[in-house]
Amino acid sequence: MLSRTADNLYWLTRYVERADCLARILDVSQRLAYTPVTYGGSTNEWSSAVLTAGCADEFVARYGPLEEAKEENVVSFLAFESENPSSIRNCFEVARTNARSVRTALTSEMWDVINSAWIELRNFPNRALTRDELSRFLAFVKETSLRFDGATFRTMLRNDGYWFARSGAQLERADNTARILDVKYHVLLPEKEHIGGPLDYFQWASILRSVSALTAFHWVYRDSVKPWLVADLLILNRQMPRSLAACYDSLARNLDDIASVYGRQGPSQRQARAMLARLTNKSIDDIFQTGLHEFISEFISDNNKLGAEITEQYLT
Amino acid sequence: MPHAFDEMSSTDGAVRPAYETLQRWLAEVPQDVLDHRRKEAEFIFRRIGITFAVYGEQNAQERLIPFDIVPRILTKDEWTRLSRGLEQRVKALNMYIKDVYSKREILKAGIVPENLVYQNPAFRPEMNGQRVPHDLYVHIAGIDIVRTDPDKFYVLEDNARTPSGVSYMLENREIMLRLFPELFSMHRVAPVENYADDLLATLRSLSPHGGHEPNVVILTPGIHNSAYYEHSFLADKLGVDLVEGRDLFVKDAVVYMRTTEGPKRVDVIYRRLDDDFLDPLAFRRDSVLGVPGLMSAYQAGNVTLTNAVGTGVADDKAVYSYMPDIIKFYLGEEPLLPNVPTWRCREADHLKYVLEHLPELVVKEVHGSGGYGMLVGPASDKAQIEKFRDKLKADPANFIAQPTLALSTCPTLVEKGIAPRHVDLRPFILSGSDKVRIVPGGLTRVAMKEGSLVVNSSQGGGTKDTWVLDA
Repeated sequence: MLSRTADNLYWLTRYVERADCLARILDVSQRLAYTPVTYGGSTNEWSSAVLTAGCADEFVARYGPLEEAKEENVVSFLAFESENPSSIRNCFEVARTNARSVRTALTSEMWDVINSAWIELRNFPNRALTRDELSRFLAFVKETSLRFDGATFRTMLRNDGYWFARSGAQLERADNTARILDVKYHVLLPEKEHIGGPLDYFQWASILRSVSALTAFHWVYRDSVKPWLVADLLILNRQMPRSLAACYDSLARNLDDIASVYGRQGPSQRQARAMLARLTNKSIDDIFQTGLHEFISEFISDNNKLGAEITEQYLT
Repeated sequence: MPHAFDEMSSTDGAVRPAYETLQRWLAEVPQDVLDHRRKEAEFIFRRIGITFAVYGEQNAQERLIPFDIVPRILTKDEWTRLSRGLEQRVKALNMYIKDVYSKREILKAGIVPENLVYQNPAFRPEMNGQRVPHDLYVHIAGIDIVRTDPDKFYVLEDNARTPSGVSYMLENREIMLRLFPELFSMHRVAPVENYADDLLATLRSLSPHGGHEPNVVILTPGIHNSAYYEHSFLADKLGVDLVEGRDLFVKDAVVYMRTTEGPKRVDVIYRRLDDDFLDPLAFRRDSVLGVPGLMSAYQAGNVTLTNAVGTGVADDKAVYSYMPDIIKFYLGEEPLLPNVPTWRCREADHLKYVLEHLPELVVKEVHGSGGYGMLVGPASDKAQIEKFRDKLKADPANFIAQPTLALSTCPTLVEKGIAPRHVDLRPFILSGSDKVRIVPGGLTRVAMKEGSLVVNSSQGGGTKDTWVLDA
């Protein structure tokens, strides 16, 4: 297929996935912000949201110090502002532009989801939303990514186009999961003594909620929410569709499918397999031993490297 | 202006046979049902994203063309006559372009003035002596037809470059089938769905070399082009790649596209890009939409461009006025479809007449399109006419004038119910190396404003499904 078409598909799914992740971050921040603070030394949920979304610099440049981040600013910045290149609105704009450029590579069902979402987006007012409106908006965003994934899964031909589309989504998802885990763990709970407190439960539960995994956690571990188990679920557990291992399981398979149809393996296949092996052979204890933050930082950088390799190998 | 001929109720009010069933149906269906289905149609169009861009409008980046749910009906006999005339016309266009770029016999015979060719901005000296596969230049033509009474069809305009609108013809039919299945059960409507197959067969037949299955692509200027929807629509229906200039490159006079599996050779390019932008090395240097070196591959005969380069020399409105002579010259036949009488303002006596009769004429720019920059005398006030008179006097060769025809009307759903509105018709004629293909019908454009004669979508015109009855 045309390299540009593959590139558009790959980024289209990445942007849809990113919008979904942002909606989840906002959702969880909202929930935590309204949970009574039962101990001293308050944390600011809204600054953590900005950090997790990975756009702290842009935010600070516009609204000043992160520690003083206000709800309305964060919501507006992450959800609507066109000045923020990764706002949900921009994600949808870019996704639709990509979709228009490759309409022929999309099924009508996939196009319909993106185009309808883009039309629907204009119905949300360009001002600060009420809490009700915000909830509706976030539900709409999550709904859109569900419908898009469903349309892709149900209607798209299983060929290179599909595999590029899925690779984009998995790569983005792995990045998002890693960043959620890192920021929450590293920024919010830097000190050992916090672990086990009542706030702790909310915090860890919130991580799980942000990736729709709270119920899954209980089914998998049949235990109370503990940091290392959360990390295990989100990093190593292949049953958990958002875990790094599950993302790489799927990435390695999709890239192998491409290589087998094209009759040639390349750097991206090797990189994906190496990362999958690392996620398979390590235990959560190993990871904590060398440091969770270090592990995740390295993962994020390797994940970016894979993105660059896919681009180099196929998309240009 | 004379009273217009209505294709349903004729001039005397008697319903014409082809419309009898439709007329009864319209009389029975309550207005709110029609309104409801019209809204449904609009919703579907927006949802599918069948939009077009109007240049120069900031906010209305993507607009819908109004769709009228009342079909326009032609009988089989009317269509047979039309299609013969269309085929004849396109044959002559192809022979004329071939001649202009080779022996120039028609110029030597003094039938078409030389300066219409040599001073024509669409004339491409690069094409002199250039052979094209099967001597075909205009593979996809859109010929605009108007009607003034039951028997009189005129050619209003030839579009020999990159005519658009065919996606509307196909989508309009799709939507009608969806919204009004009962109407189709009451009529035998000739299908148009095979257009995509016909187009693909035509494009394949034009491959510069036999042997392997040719790689056909559609070249688009990109998503900001007003007809982008159509480009992607066609690529989808044909199952071929929709490429932009940056997806292609030329090496050793062969065109390749960049794919995820490396370079792939391209044989036929259905380009929806004007000559000017095709190749920055040959034409406009600032073009970022084109492919550097494309002309060298074309001239080496390694790739077919449809339509050929330089076809614009045959479809401006000054050349149009010579079409009846062009047909006679090459085919030795009388034109089956007449031209609208045309005054060429480049000629002194014609100009004099036009200046004296501006309030009753339609004056158009020779290279204009889309209904821009024209004067409809009877619909203009004194100030507009005087302003146009100055423009015309300043550059007479740039204009032609025609009588204001009473274009036929068709029943159309408007605010107050069903009312007559003026229409034209653009059929699409495909010329392949094996044969000429024309799907029955075409795109009917309708001026939605009462009394208006301008059907162009950029001027608020709408479209209708066009039915050719099979029996």
